[in-house]
Amino acid sequence: MTGVKKRGISTPYLLLIPGMGFLFIFFLLPLFNLAQTSTQTPVGGGDTGEYEQTWRFANYFDAFVENRDQFGRSFLYALIATVLALAIAYPLAYTIAFKGGRFKNVMLVLVIAPFFTSFLLRTIAWKQILGEEGFVVPTLRSLQIISESTTLTSSAFAVVMGMTYNFLPFMTLPLYASIDRIDPRTLEASGDLYANGLTTFRRVTLPLSMPGVVAGTLLTFIPAAGDYVNAAILGSPQTKMLGNVIESRYFKIVDYPTASALSFTLMISILILVTVYVRKAGTEELV
Amino acid sequence: MSDTASSARGDLGLSHLTKSYGDFTAVNDLSLIIPKGSFFALLGPSGCGKTTTLRMIAGLEEPTQGTISLGTTDITYTKPYQRPINTVFQNYALFPHLTIFENIAFGLRRRGIKDVDDAVNKALDLVELPHLAQRKPTQLSGGQQQRIALARAIVNRPALLLLDEPLGALDLKLRRQMQIELKWIQKEVGITFVHVTHDQEEAMTMADTIAVMNEGEIEQMGSPAELYDNPKTAFVANFLGQSNLIKGSITGLDGANQIVDLFGQKISLQKDRSHAVDNSILAGIRPEKFRISRLETSTSGNILTGGKIEDVSYIGVSTQYQVLMPWGQELMVFEQNDDGVAPFSVGESVNISWEPVFTFALRGDDDAEAGTEVNPDEDLEEE
Amino acid sequence: MNTLSRWFGRNLLRIYAVVAFTYLFIPVAYTFAFSFNDSGKSNLIWKGFTWANWQNPCGAPEVCTALGNSIKIGLLATIFSTILGTMIAFAIGRHKFKGRSTTNLLIFLPMATPEIVLGASLLSLFLVFQINPGFWPTVIAHVLFCMSFVVVTVKARIASLDPRLEQAAMDLYANERETFRRVTLPLVAPGIAAAALLAFSLSFDDFIITNFNSGTMTTFPKFIYTSAARGIPAQANVIGSAMFFLALAIVIVGQLVTRKRKVS
Repeated sequence: MTGVKKRGISTPYLLLIPGMGFLFIFFLLPLFNLAQTSTQTPVGGGDTGEYEQTWRFANYFDAFVENRDQFGRSFLYALIATVLALAIAYPLAYTIAFKGGRFKNVMLVLVIAPFFTSFLLRTIAWKQILGEEGFVVPTLRSLQIISESTTLTSSAFAVVMGMTYNFLPFMTLPLYASIDRIDPRTLEASGDLYANGLTTFRRVTLPLSMPGVVAGTLLTFIPAAGDYVNAAILGSPQTKMLGNVIESRYFKIVDYPTASALSFTLMISILILVTVYVRKAGTEELV
Repeated sequence: MSDTASSARGDLGLSHLTKSYGDFTAVNDLSLIIPKGSFFALLGPSGCGKTTTLRMIAGLEEPTQGTISLGTTDITYTKPYQRPINTVFQNYALFPHLTIFENIAFGLRRRGIKDVDDAVNKALDLVELPHLAQRKPTQLSGGQQQRIALARAIVNRPALLLLDEPLGALDLKLRRQMQIELKWIQKEVGITFVHVTHDQEEAMTMADTIAVMNEGEIEQMGSPAELYDNPKTAFVANFLGQSNLIKGSITGLDGANQIVDLFGQKISLQKDRSHAVDNSILAGIRPEKFRISRLETSTSGNILTGGKIEDVSYIGVSTQYQVLMPWGQELMVFEQNDDGVAPFSVGESVNISWEPVFTFALRGDDDAEAGTEVNPDEDLEEE
Repeated sequence: MNTLSRWFGRNLLRIYAVVAFTYLFIPVAYTFAFSFNDSGKSNLIWKGFTWANWQNPCGAPEVCTALGNSIKIGLLATIFSTILGTMIAFAIGRHKFKGRSTTNLLIFLPMATPEIVLGASLLSLFLVFQINPGFWPTVIAHVLFCMSFVVVTVKARIASLDPRLEQAAMDLYANERETFRRVTLPLVAPGIAAAALLAFSLSFDDFIITNFNSGTMTTFPKFIYTSAARGIPAQANVIGSAMFFLALAIVIVGQLVTRKRKVS
């Protein structure tokens, strides 16, 4: 690729073997195993945790039907969180890229910095801030914005808010990277050609930043759909997401086939959504 | 093998050198010899294969066919780091993570030379930038980077120095200055320079020998004067400076001259300046050789009558005229503004005359437009 | 009034940025504040200001063990994922070979897989081979999900490298190994460093995958999660805040060093 005579063909393969081997053993194999487990059934009369391979594909149907609420909820919450994160992060990324000046790097650091305080600590902090003992709820109550009986925690609102907050850096950074690449002179040219601020944004800035939008939304939606921590800390039994179900099926009610089926379904549905989304958004090279 | 290669010295020989990428042939059966110690230019438009040829000489590309030899040593397949050849890259390619000093010392260190101070400082003196030794490349201007890139190559005293359009990114004045400096440096150190450029003025200023390349082949090779005064093809005639090419046919002989008919008017040209293969020719005259005169003024030499001035451009040093001839062709005339005679104006009827010895003739079937693509970077010819 | 609204319009974005940053930092500030709470076991209500927690950060049981595990795992995962990931990045970024796009896709997949699936599938695998979840399974899990991020980061850096620099090195008598050592590697190094930093942050803060593969071993995030029910000791806040300031300091120092180097 540098124009020099090609080295022996072995070099790239040598470099790849350790890493890809690792990936094969600890990523592909487990997924394969997961697929296998998902079609098992408990051994009748055996101990909990003993399964036999019966290739029961009905497991998927059962799991889906039983948990369709959580399924829908996961994707809904993840979608809302992604949209909110996009709405919050885009102006922020734009400001850093175009109005950052000397402080660009400082501002980027400030975006990532909260990351260094464990996200669990921050999520629990939100729980306490939005809880009865915090200052937000009493204030809102005294201003009569919310009623006496409304609580902010243990609600869908809190869960989505927590997700939005936690994934904000994942949305901001790719957006920033993409927006920063835009040559400010193209925006000037747009203005020179009679486009006002809004039109310039719609027809020049936004399309040029699409790769960042796609990357950011993916990096947010995918983990959000499988998240259960926010739901566990900030939610209630009514806000259980798919992740919570999978977790409990592994650790509380030991039911590996169902858990595996749910995991697989989650992964496949995300993959399908991602493929459709990326195709539609038109960006070829994501990584 | 590497020892023999790295100590090779002598003339550079390219023999039937070919480079193809799939269906596309970048360099087609190129053969030439570059004498040791000369300043050689490979001149041609973008895409003509000159850079590819240079890279094959450097060892950065492998030829599809043919051989490259330095003196008596065949270096066709030798690795670049085994050849006593160094390159000044188009965008300088200075190592951004090393100081200027370390950049220049790089080649010396790789060859195992321990004490580099002396050589590096001498090289810095040669390009007149000793005070920049501890800076980093990003802190230098374009012109300074270019000189450091040169120093980095020269300090290794290679058998051959390759320059890949090194002056392209510099502004006009700086470029002119560097052209003179490069020529002086080449005479000083006596290394063979092979300079690749699309700027014909640059090639003519600096080189002892120019090879004009077009579509992978050499159209003509020779000294700047030879190529300019006596081009063999329309491409060379148009690419090097500008030419007026007029279709005509040889009608007779007069001693050492040929009589040529140009759309009903007769001119003469020297037989040995004709490269035609039959009676149909393109007669070529450089614009600065033309003289414009009013109809009543008497003139000598070859004369073409019936011209009407269509355009006048005052360039300071000269005035450029476009003269429409009766057969519909516009001829270019450059008149130097040296005698204060009132210039001609648009619409005037004029005669064009010139000394016959300045005429050259090309093959009649040659493409009169070859080599005329306008290059926005090229300057107007000055006199 | 007009000038005020005009000023507002011009600086709207900047004001927004300030608001957004405040929003980002509210829980951090809260955590920091409550690290000074004289709380005893449960750090829910403000009881009084004390330095005690900062003076004795390991006072609560298990806090420092958990922290130690997180750091150990983080370092190991960083080292392995950076090495493996960098090698892959060079292979993909520098060579044309059959299966290049498939490899690219394969690297991308772990990033597109929800953590819960990664964690669960690894757990299943370990169970099949009767390996108990614990320290090393966790390290393996972390290496897995960090590797993709390393590849992406280093690949981007490699792509921005001017190939002519390596050609220049070879033109100046450096063979392939020397060129790599003296030109390629130093120029890619910042990308590798950034990737390593990213890997460490991801590993240190990871909860979901760790939860599946750690068994009885605790990491810092896991400690916080499990003690949320009984009450998180203020010492955890101390450590969280300390990590924050430490990381901030490292980044700022790094910035100053690079800026100084550019000027001098």
